[in-house]
Formats: sequence, C-alpha cells, structure tokens
Amino acid sequence: MEALEIARWQFGITTVYHFMMVPLTIGLGLVVAVMQTLWHRTGKVEYLRMTKFWGKLFLINFIMGVATGIVQEFQFGMAWSEYSRFVGDVFGAPLALESLLAFFVESTFLGLWIFGWKQLKPAIHLACLWIAVVGSAFSAYFIIVANSWMQHPVGAEIIDGRPVMTDAWAVFTNNTAMVAFPHTLMGALAVAGGFLLGIAWYHLWRRRKDGIDTIGPDGKVVPGEAAIPGRDLTDYKVWIRSLRIGAIVAMISFAGTALTGDLQGKLMFEQQPMKMAAAEAACHDGTGFSVLSVGNLGSKNCDEIVALIEVPGILSFLAKGDFTTEVKGVNSLLDQYKADYGTHLPDSPIYGDRAGQEIEYVPVMEVTYWGFRMMIGFGGLAAMAALAALWLTRKGTVPASPWLMRLAVFGILAPFGANAAGWIFTEMGRQPFVVAPNPDLNGIDQVFMFTAAAVSPGVSAGELLTSLIVLTAVYAALLVVEVKLLVKYIRGGVVSAMPELAHAPADENEDATPGQDGTKKPADDVLAFAY
Amino acid sequence: MELLPTIWFIIIAVLWTGYLFLEGFDLGVGMLMKLFARNNTERRVLLNTVGPVWDGNEVWLITAGAATFAAFPLWYASLFSALYLPLLVVLVALIFRAVAFEYRGKVDGDSWRARWDWAIALGSFFAAFGVGAALALTTTGLPLNANGDREGGAMAWFSGYAVLGGLAVVGFSLLHALAFLALKTDGDVRHRARAWFVRLLPVLLLPIAAWALTIQFLEGKPWTWAAVIVAVVAAVAAWFLARRGAEGRAFIAMGAFLLLGSASIFGAVFPVVLPSTLDPAFDLTIANASSSDYTLGLMSVVAAVGLPLVIVYQAWTYWVFRRRVSAAHIPAAHSFLPAIAVRAFTTKG
Repeated sequence: MEALEIARWQFGITTVYHFMMVPLTIGLGLVVAVMQTLWHRTGKVEYLRMTKFWGKLFLINFIMGVATGIVQEFQFGMAWSEYSRFVGDVFGAPLALESLLAFFVESTFLGLWIFGWKQLKPAIHLACLWIAVVGSAFSAYFIIVANSWMQHPVGAEIIDGRPVMTDAWAVFTNNTAMVAFPHTLMGALAVAGGFLLGIAWYHLWRRRKDGIDTIGPDGKVVPGEAAIPGRDLTDYKVWIRSLRIGAIVAMISFAGTALTGDLQGKLMFEQQPMKMAAAEAACHDGTGFSVLSVGNLGSKNCDEIVALIEVPGILSFLAKGDFTTEVKGVNSLLDQYKADYGTHLPDSPIYGDRAGQEIEYVPVMEVTYWGFRMMIGFGGLAAMAALAALWLTRKGTVPASPWLMRLAVFGILAPFGANAAGWIFTEMGRQPFVVAPNPDLNGIDQVFMFTAAAVSPGVSAGELLTSLIVLTAVYAALLVVEVKLLVKYIRGGVVSAMPELAHAPADENEDATPGQDGTKKPADDVLAFAY
Repeated sequence: MELLPTIWFIIIAVLWTGYLFLEGFDLGVGMLMKLFARNNTERRVLLNTVGPVWDGNEVWLITAGAATFAAFPLWYASLFSALYLPLLVVLVALIFRAVAFEYRGKVDGDSWRARWDWAIALGSFFAAFGVGAALALTTTGLPLNANGDREGGAMAWFSGYAVLGGLAVVGFSLLHALAFLALKTDGDVRHRARAWFVRLLPVLLLPIAAWALTIQFLEGKPWTWAAVIVAVVAAVAAWFLARRGAEGRAFIAMGAFLLLGSASIFGAVFPVVLPSTLDPAFDLTIANASSSDYTLGLMSVVAAVGLPLVIVYQAWTYWVFRRRVSAAHIPAAHSFLPAIAVRAFTTKG
C-alpha cells in the first residue's frame, strides 16, 4: 500500500474508534448530571445510586475518549502535514479554541467531580459536573465547526495559494455546522439512551430470574428484597427508572436526529451533490428513493447498477421538500465536476506519483449507499426498540424471556453502529476531496483540496504502516480491557460502584454521607475517592 | 517586527512552560511509582496527590499543540511530521498512562495493579523523554528541505540533542515530583521525598542545565544569559530551602527555575521557531510560519480571556485539594462486591 492509503486507513480507524467513546461520554455525562440534579433536588436515595452507578461506567469510558483524542490532534501534523499547512489558518483556530475553552474546562471540572464528593459543598460538586458536561458539548461544537469547514469552506479566501480566514463569524456559524452539531449531540444521546435501556433491562430481568421481583395476580410487578447488599427495594427503583429514562431519551434523540438529519440532507444536496447522489447510488436524474439497489456498487460505471425497488418522489422530498423536482444523478454531476475542478490532478510535486492522474469524482458507492442506510436503519431500529420496551415494561418490569434480554443488551450496539455509519458515510462521501469545494462561487471557489495532496510528503509508508499497526493493536487491546471492565461493573450492579452499601446496610444513612450532615469531617476524609 | 506572531510565540512558550511545570510533577510522580514508592499504600499515596489534577495538566500539552497548529501551521506541520516515530511513542505512552490512572483501582488484584503501575511508570518516562526530545530538536533544528519536509528517512531527526532534551525533561520531572511530594504528602513519604530531593538535585538538573547552556552558547542574547544565571540561583535556592524544610518555598523556587530556564531557551531561539539543519534559508521563523494577522488577532482576544480563566480555575482545583495526603489516609482496598455473582441468598418481602 502507498503512504496515502495507509494514512487514510489510520485516520479512519482511529477516528471511528475515538467516536465510539465520545458519544457515550457526551450522552451519558448529560444523563448522569440530570440524575445527580434529581438527587440534589429530591434527596431520594435511588437517584444517588443511579448517579454513582452510571457515573462509574461514564468514567471507565471517558478516559478512553481522552486517551484516543490526543492521537486525533497529533496526526493532522504527523500524517497530514500538507493538509495542515494548507488549512492551518482557518482549521487550526477551532481546534485551538476547543482546547482552550472546552477541553480545559471538561478535564479540570471532571477531576473536581470525581475527587470532590466530600471536599466540595453538594451544590458546587453538582455544578462541577454540569460545567464538565457543558464543556464536552462545546468541545463537540468546535470539532464540528472544524469538520464542517472541510465539508463546506466559508469565510476564507485564497492568498498566496492558501486559504486565509476573512470572516470568523462565517466560519463559526457555518450552516453546515449549525445542523451537524445538533445532529451529533442527538446521536450521542441516542447512544446513552440505548446504553441505559439495555443495562437496566438486564438488571430487571436478573431480579426476576433470581426470584427477587415477582409478578402479582394482576400482572403487575411485586418488587422484592434480597438479603444481599444492594439488591433491595431501592435497587428495583434504580433499574426501572433508568430503563424508562433510557427509553425516553432514545426516542427523543431519534426524533432529533431525524429532524436535524433531514435539514442536513437538504443542505448536502446543495453543498455536496455528488455525496448525496452516491448515497442513493442514483446514476441518472430522477425523483425516486432507492429502497434496494443491486449491481456492482463498487464500480464507478453507473450502467451496472439497477435500482430494484424505488419509491418515486421521496428523493425529491429528501432533497428539496417536494415530490417532483428532479435530483441530479452521478452521471450529470460528473460532467459538472470535471468542468469545474478538472479531469486530472495537477502536475505538482505535492501529488507525488499521482500527479497527472485522472480524478475519480465518484465516492465508493458501496460505502455511501450502505453507510447512509445503516445510519438510518440502526437509528430507527433503536427508537422502535425503545418504544417496544416502554410497552413491554408497562406493568413495572421486563418479560422473563432471556432472548428479549439479550436483544436489549446487544441493542446497545445499534446507536453506536448508526453513529459510525453516519460518519463513515459523510467522510467517505466527501472524497476525492479532503476539503470539499463550496459550490457558491463568490471568491471561495479556489478553496478546496484533493485528499491526494494532503498527506505528509516527508513521511514514509513504512513509518505510517508502523503507526497503523501499533495504534490498531493498542486500541484493540484496550477495547478488550474497557469492555471487560464495563461488563464487570455492569454485572456487579450498584454495589460495585458504591461499596459503602455493603458496609452500611441501613439504606437511610447513605443520602447523608457526602458531607450533607454538616458535621465536622473526620481526618480520613482527605480522600473522598482513593485509587 | 511582527507583533501578533511575537505574541503567539510567547503564548506558545507559556503553554509549554505551563505544561512542563504542571505535568512535570505528575510525569515525575508516575515514574516514582516504580522508583520511590515501597509498597501499594505508598503508590496509592503518590497517585492520590495527582489524581484530581493530572488530566487537567495534560490539556496544557494538547493546547500547546493546537495553538501551534492554529498560530504557526507550518511549524506544526514540519515538526510533527518530521518527528513521526518519536511522537508515536509519546502518543502510545500517554494513552497507556491515562488509562492506567483510571483503571488501576478498578480491580482488586496484585497482578492487575502491578501491570498498570508499570504502564504509569513507563508511560510517564516515555512521554517525558519524547516531549523533551521534541522540544530540544525544535530549538536545535531538524533536517528540513525548502518545503519544510524531513529529508533522510525515518530516523533522520535523531541527534545527541534528542537524548539531551529527553534526559532534561525526565530529570526535571523527577526532581519536580520530589519537591511536589514533599509538599503534598505527610509522614514517611514526605520526609523521604525531601531527602531524595536534596540528594539528587545536582544530578537531575544537570541535563536541563546543559541544554539551556548549549542553546545560550549557540544563540544566546544578553538577557537570556541573565535568565540562565538567575535560573541557576533559583535551583541553588531550592536546594537550601528544601534542606531547611521549607517545602512550599522550595517548590516555588523549582517553578522559578523552570520559568527562567524555559524563557532563556525560547528567548534565545526567537525569532526562529524551527531551524533547518540543511540550510538556514529553510528555517521556519515567526514571520514565515505564522497564520494571518486576522486569525492571530481573533485568537489573541480569546486567549486573553481564556488563558487567565484556565489559570484561575485550575488554581482553585489545587486549593480544593490542598490537604496533605499520607499513608494513614488510604483506606483499605475494598474488594469488589458483585451483587449478582452471589447465588446464595434469601428473599423477603
């Protein structure tokens, strides 16, 4: 493989991996903050337990997002130095602002939250978590601004061969970012919703299987209590509430992703028509949405693709909001792209051996076609499952079926799949550009870059291959560790996150522990959280 | 002279100095997990001194990198791509170290802890060494061509300066961590840390002093020479203060040493940000590597508000966790209590 291909695989693998941790961090962080707020407001023990349990899982996941995030920032310079030189004046700013205004906040205040259970007053301790959660949302905003500029460059003009920022407001309010940001946040919440739902389902199922909760004559649950730390009546409340919150979050977030995704799609039909045509594998102009297309999607030759099932009018609706406007297909767009951006890569040394090669304007259609459908499919599936879960648990607990339990647990993966598919679709669909051209020709028409020109010229394929192998191996190993730890703590239940439950059997004491009683702290309270 | 690029050169110098000052001690504490701590309780004392703050400290590195990208894209692109393999080592070290901090206490088992202890110690060592090597090479130069790309293959960056810079940051971090532990702990750890500090100061500061002096002989200006001399005075003061038991002031003196030493190095190389060892005409300077005044101006406004704010809330964090930690504070490790794996139970209700 050549350096360019290796660098692309590395960026793809590390980014998709990083973005498994990130949505869970954003979504679960918000959920935990709401739970702690409920505890703070109501004083109900089950909310404290929920905060501690979900907070523990949040932290196990959070650190992986942090650890893999540094790779993202470094590899722009390491593997994509020509890209960094070209876009730095515009693209660097949101990254710098992300560190300075968001990531500092997130890391510092999360440290305060983890260790400050006893050192801080409860209201301030809660505020620290909220500040960290808002910080992580800002972090997402800045990253989306940077990414959106690659999708749709604005607020810049070419000076001495490189784009220079001329309008920061335009960059930071890029309409691409304004729809991608809520879409991403909603996608993150969908992950959190499925996570809560699946795990709470498992615990309710387990309580039934172990005979703790039983079904009364009216078909309603009779919550019970086992003489084991943490498996009491409060425990039942923890899981049923978590399940309901998870299901509701999953449904609201799916509605949110659908609404924002529709706006985003309409924007993309204008900004990157080729991406959307490729998402449809639509070769010819038309109005129909393909439900199933077969043929050799990988081939760039459109004649080999046959749309088996097509719903007329829907594509026009997705693109323009009516049922009749013809949407351009790959074939007519191809001529337009060739006319606007050339047929061959320029004879410039930055293209290396690729200089003068013919430009392939059609993205890999298998990826765009199926990526688009997997994103929507997994998202919809998760939302329908959440609705079904609310119905199935209306009597207060889950059905005894082990298969439904397994479905709920493995359903956790569906929103992850939707997120990954969406990103793979949008990034692969942008090819062959790393910075896609903005079709509004008002001084910005020169601001685009071919991916082939972006890779570091001085870095060898051997170096890139080394890092690809090392990072993939490290990531794979750590994924195993993370999942094992998560499973261990999930199976352990609340008591694994709150060992104090085992030592203080009287439940009533627990809401008084973290410094709410106003008494003088004993000396060993220096550590509220000890490694 | 360009005003905004100069300001951003200073901001980036401040970010690197902040990084070395803050993460300096937590990298050092990480290495001391294997060099200094005698048993699991002491290792937990060490971990708890940096537990609430290490992540916030590491953001100084991320911000230094991102600010370089935004303010000097050509410097960022050339430096990071030329140092491909050493930075890969730094990344892997930082990944393992971060995960180890969080996961070490999640399972109660000796071999589990021992593995993550090694991850913390080695991760801290390689991160410190790699960052030191990268910074030293930024000041002494890399084999860059006219486009700013490395010539000569994957290892062409290597020189004695890389080793010197690596040892400089490792040595400084170890010493800084000893001063920090003397300040942040109590009992045996505190007294041993202070004794080690006094004994090891001359050795551990040798490489960083050698780096600062080398740069002065190569590029020194009168004021940077003066800064080096005052830095040495600060180091001597730290030694006397620590011997007298004034741990707080010794730590501050270490901070002054770093600040002055760092200022002397960045000040000496200014206005060059990354020299080319192939041809001085290919040097990257604040003039030819920087972003536009518009971008720099925008970011200056944000940094003028954001950076002091960061310092304020991070300082507050240190104040919240200001109490000394000692072995007596460390609770017994609670064995993992799975609710579900327990099969024998009775139900009631």
